[in-house]
Amino acid sequence: MELNLAAIIFVAILANNIVLNQFLGVCPYLGVSKRIETSLGMGMAVVFVMTLATIVSWVIFNFILIPLDLVYLRTIAFILVIASLVQLVEIVLKKNNPTLFKALGIYLPLITTNCAILGVALLNIQMGHNIIQTVVYAIAAAIGFTMALVIMAGIRERLELVNMSGLLQGAAVTLVTAGILSLSFMGFAGIMTL
Amino acid sequence: MELFTALIVIGGMGLVFGGLLAVAAKHFAVEEDARVETICDLLPGANCGACGFPGCISFAENVVGLKADASGCIPGGKDICDSICKVMGIDSVGSEVKKVAEISCLGSRDVAPDKFEYHGVRDCNAALAFSGGFKACKYGCLGLGTCAESCPFDALHMGDNGLPIVDRERCTACGICVKACPRDLIRIADADRTCKYVPCNSKDKGKVVREVCEVGCTGCKACVKACPQDAIVVEDSLAVIDSSKCDNCGECVDACRRSIIKDAAKVHHA
Repeated sequence: MELNLAAIIFVAILANNIVLNQFLGVCPYLGVSKRIETSLGMGMAVVFVMTLATIVSWVIFNFILIPLDLVYLRTIAFILVIASLVQLVEIVLKKNNPTLFKALGIYLPLITTNCAILGVALLNIQMGHNIIQTVVYAIAAAIGFTMALVIMAGIRERLELVNMSGLLQGAAVTLVTAGILSLSFMGFAGIMTL
Repeated sequence: MELFTALIVIGGMGLVFGGLLAVAAKHFAVEEDARVETICDLLPGANCGACGFPGCISFAENVVGLKADASGCIPGGKDICDSICKVMGIDSVGSEVKKVAEISCLGSRDVAPDKFEYHGVRDCNAALAFSGGFKACKYGCLGLGTCAESCPFDALHMGDNGLPIVDRERCTACGICVKACPRDLIRIADADRTCKYVPCNSKDKGKVVREVCEVGCTGCKACVKACPQDAIVVEDSLAVIDSSKCDNCGECVDACRRSIIKDAAKVHHA
């Protein structure tokens, strides 16, 4: 069991990183990775929401969709769950924890329709995890996302100081960087699979 | 039958979540001070940060929270200060004098030569980091336009001679260019003051200034002797005119051997 959880963590963070190997959540990966500070904020918000959303989707899947034999509706059901959940979290945070809301608030709407969240919820079901594995997998995947984001932000902060041709500046060099970073993470791919 | 279960389950989930959100929105509603939005609408909206807060909305919040002064919005000036005071129900404060940015260097490319060719990043800070800047004069304007780029009001442009030009209409004296200039050549001055000033920042000795710039102040003190008001002092080989004493007579302009004494807040202005 412990070995299994360790394997889940390793695979979710490094070998099957949701951004760098599965290409989910590429939009915030490119959009919110200009400063390390903002990428950390986004990462924390993703950890928070991804864990919640994956657990709730797991519960909905196992206690509503499976008994009623409606497994084929999981995608639409999860979208519904995640969108409402994020909105709910935003409302509750705003009232009960303004400090946390200030830190995470601006990132929450970005996450509402994020494919990384939905992707992890769906992959989690596909892998047939139990509830403990679900929690561990969701947190690990979110940490993997944060790590990818922070690495990217670090590179981009340095890239801004580089004197480069106008042809490469902006989106072009960002995409090239993302590609190379993804390639380098492919090195983990063969080590372990789930 | 299966169609109906699907409809009921998804529809039901939608209803439950919708209801939950509606209840939450009511139950957890946060009351926001309506004045914040009113004040934010009054502000210029450039988010320049001259008030010391990150953006106009933050300034508005702090004014309502009584942590910032109503006159804090520098680009807004007197008018906006008055409107904010009206919203807040307090007596009007703040000064009426219009201020603009003033640049204290005349060393354009043709009169103040470079000591080497620079092909690096087009940014004054970067250029300065490389061997103390490419300009022969240690104090002069590098002319790469870091100040112009920093201006949130599009009021600073680089002229063809390599010196910045201030657009008096657009300049709001927010002071961002003052901070942006790595050589501290920009200051905020009253727009309509009538006095003379020396647009030079060189603290080098006269001999050095003569070598590196045709329009630098050598600190020869000819103006000091000519001034009937004793308004001019020379410190560190640089003449400084006290604007409170200067009566704009123009004696110093004639006395200056390099003809660099100018009307204040007029040079570099468009």
